[in-house]
Order: sequence, then structure tokens, then C-alpha cells
Amino acid sequence: MRKIDAREITNKVKSLFLEANFHIGKDVLEALEQAIEQEKSKVGQDALKMIIENNRLASSEELAICQDTGLAVLFVEVGQEVCIINGDFTEAINEGVKVAYQEGYLRKSVVDDPVFDRKNTKTNTPAFIYTDIIPGEKIKITVMPKGFGSENMSALAMLTAAHGAKGIIDFIVDTVRKAGPNPCPPTIIGVGIGGTADKAMVIAKKAIARPIGKHNANPKYAQMEQEALARINQLGIGPAGLGGNITALAVHIDYLPTHIAGMPVAVNVCCHAARHAYGEI
Amino acid sequence: MSEEIKITTPLDESTVLRLKAGDMVKITGYIYTGRDAAHKRLYDLIKEEKDLPIPIAGQVIYYVGPAPAKPGYATGPAGPTTSYRMDPYTPALLEKGLKGMIGKGLRSNEVITSMKKNKAVYFAAIGGAAALIARSIKKSEVIAYPDLGAEAIYLYYVEDFPAIVCIDAYGNNLYESEPPKYRIES
Repeated sequence: MRKIDAREITNKVKSLFLEANFHIGKDVLEALEQAIEQEKSKVGQDALKMIIENNRLASSEELAICQDTGLAVLFVEVGQEVCIINGDFTEAINEGVKVAYQEGYLRKSVVDDPVFDRKNTKTNTPAFIYTDIIPGEKIKITVMPKGFGSENMSALAMLTAAHGAKGIIDFIVDTVRKAGPNPCPPTIIGVGIGGTADKAMVIAKKAIARPIGKHNANPKYAQMEQEALARINQLGIGPAGLGGNITALAVHIDYLPTHIAGMPVAVNVCCHAARHAYGEI
Repeated sequence: MSEEIKITTPLDESTVLRLKAGDMVKITGYIYTGRDAAHKRLYDLIKEEKDLPIPIAGQVIYYVGPAPAKPGYATGPAGPTTSYRMDPYTPALLEKGLKGMIGKGLRSNEVITSMKKNKAVYFAAIGGAAALIARSIKKSEVIAYPDLGAEAIYLYYVEDFPAIVCIDAYGNNLYESEPPKYRIES
């Protein structure tokens, strides 16, 4: 049994949210640079250049890449041999989020009640935490500040086996088409197939954090990723939605076993500011 | 696409009518911010026929909820938010003389119809270029609804704020005209 102090979790969560909000991943930056080469629209190229310049400026001056610093989403894998001492796991995470958003001059975007009062909690908490118990004595944390311009464009379809791979790709492409310029293209499209309605969306969201350029290990699903991306980039939406042939940078598909009667497909859309950071304790 | 056009706020009708979808503009002058919560309050005041806390005629509203400013900065990162959430409230503001809106993303047919009727223009700023855009915001002060925090109405003084005319006062719409040029039917 390894004892981990709750304060260590707070500190790690804080530093990861600061890192994610200030510094875009190298994979995203490289994908944006490649996109300039491939983009045929002059306005699209200019938009991509502005996005890259913004990412560099944010990183060098430690400013938020986007003013929408998102809901605080975390995927936490907790080793089953870990014992957390001196505090509560969830509170420790929320404290890390609160301190990061305060000290990092990040926007607090959480309202306490979605329908009626919509009062800002002023701490950007609660965080939304997905926990898995894994073997071992480590805690592995992925943080994802998730902006809502893109989150609002997400969609779920309860398809059936008869739809097949083509039906799934049609749904992915249609979701991106309907989103148009709204989710700040070029986007990263996370797709979850199988499981239950809820689980499909969770793995879709987690798939966004996969490094760009890395495909699903199953070649059939990797093929679907490539086909979906090619079709999305034929839509013409382009960078910032102002027309062009780069509408998405990547499609990441993950899948799970599912029920004999169903084939859930969740599409979670992420803007070009695909912010996430990973750390271990 | 045309050459870059420098415009100053407030916008008069002749300036608005000169702008065409696709024009790259640099905006200088005072603009107001406003997003979901502030729009709802302005709309409710108009419906109740009460005075508004900011002048509307000839003005430009920027759809943004900025991040807090670090010491030494006029504002925190401040890129556009998605505009369609403001659509239900926008025609009422256009009727009051609002001449310009800066945001990103699609607008409803009702908004575009009202823009044509009231001669107003919709500018797109590049979503997610928040730190860069903030450099053109030289002064920032909360001017109404401080209780809304990031959603309060700020008065910005901007210099050469970069935007593109996305929907002009004639109803020409870049989001409709440009993608088909790059679309490949499969």
C-alpha cells in the first residue's frame, strides 16, 4: 500500500490545468502547421497562421490560449494499492482546479444551476471527474479544460448493427457538417462506439486527448478514422468556418463491447485549442 | 477578398453600407461586450420599455466573456464566443439601432432579416485566437452588470481589432458563399 497525500493531488491537478491552458500540445501545433501547407483557401491559411501565432503568444507569456478555459474535466486512473491520506480525493481535485483558475487568471465558467439561477460558482468547480481503478500504486491524471463552443456541437446516435461502419461515418460527418463554423474549426473529433449511451460519450471525450497522428490500434477502426477525416475535409467548412479544405485535424475513434441490440455512437467535438495535459503521482 | 479596410466606431449607416462580406477590417474606437446573460437583461429591459444601461444606436457589441487580466494587461484573453446563443435577443437590439456585432459562427434567419432591415453588419473574429486578439484591446472597464463577472458588459477601447465582414447589410453571408467553393461531393 502506497500512501499519497491529498495535497499532492491538489498540486498536481493545479499544475496540469495551468500547463493545459497555457501551452498547446506539440502534436496540435505540428498538425496546425501541416494544415497551412494543405489549406487551399487564403483566408483559411490566414486563420491558421493567426491561431498558431496565438498559441505561441499564450505559451510565451503564460496566458490562456482561449478565454473559454472550459469546464474542468479529468480522467483519473487510481492504482488499487494507493491509500489517500490527509484529505478527500474529490475535494483535493476541486481545490487544485480552484487554485489553478484563480492563480492562472483563467475564466471561471461554471454555473451552479443549469436551468434557473445560473449563478457562477466563481471557482470553476465542481470538476467533472471520471475515475478508473487500475492495478498498481500510481495515480495517473489527464486533465482537459473543455470549451463549450465545441462541446455544444456534440451528438449521440443510438444506431443499430445494420448501419455498419458506413452509417457511423455518415453520422460523424453529418454532426460536423451541422456544426459548421460554430466549434472553432479545425476541430479534433472524438468518437466513442459501443458500450452504453453514457459510456460511449465518455470514451469519445477521452479519445480527444489521444496524440494527433496516433490511430486506433485496430486497423479496421484506424481505417474508419481516416475515411471520416477525409470526408469531413471535403465539407468545405475550413478554418474558422470561412471556407477551406481543412475542417478537422484528426478523428479519434475508440470502441467498447456493446449489447446485442445496439450500436451507440457518440461524437464529442473539440476546437483547435485541444487542451489537455497528463501527469502521474 | 478585398484589401484591409480601417473603420472607426460608432458606425454610421454609410460605413455599414460600404462594407461587403469578405472585407478584412481593422476596427478602432469604443465597443461594448455582451454575451448570454447581459443580452437577456438588455432584451428584458427593451420588452419592458425601460432605459438601457448602455447606448445602442450606432454601436458595436462584441460577443465575449474575457478571462481575467493579468497584472500589466488591459484585459485577459478575449476571443469571440459563438453567436447563435444571442440570436433570440438580437433583433430587438437591431431595432434600437445596433449597427455591428462581432462574434463567430452562424446566425438565424431572423437575425439576418433584421440586419438587412436595420442596416447592420456581422463581423467574425477568429475563435480561439484570444490572447492575440486581446492585444488590440487597449482599455477595458466594466460599464454595466458587474455582478455577472466575465459576462458583465465591458466598454473596450480597441485599436486595429482584426475581423472579417461575415454577413453584410445586404444579407451576403460568407458562411454560405465560401464553403461550397471547397466542397467535394462524395
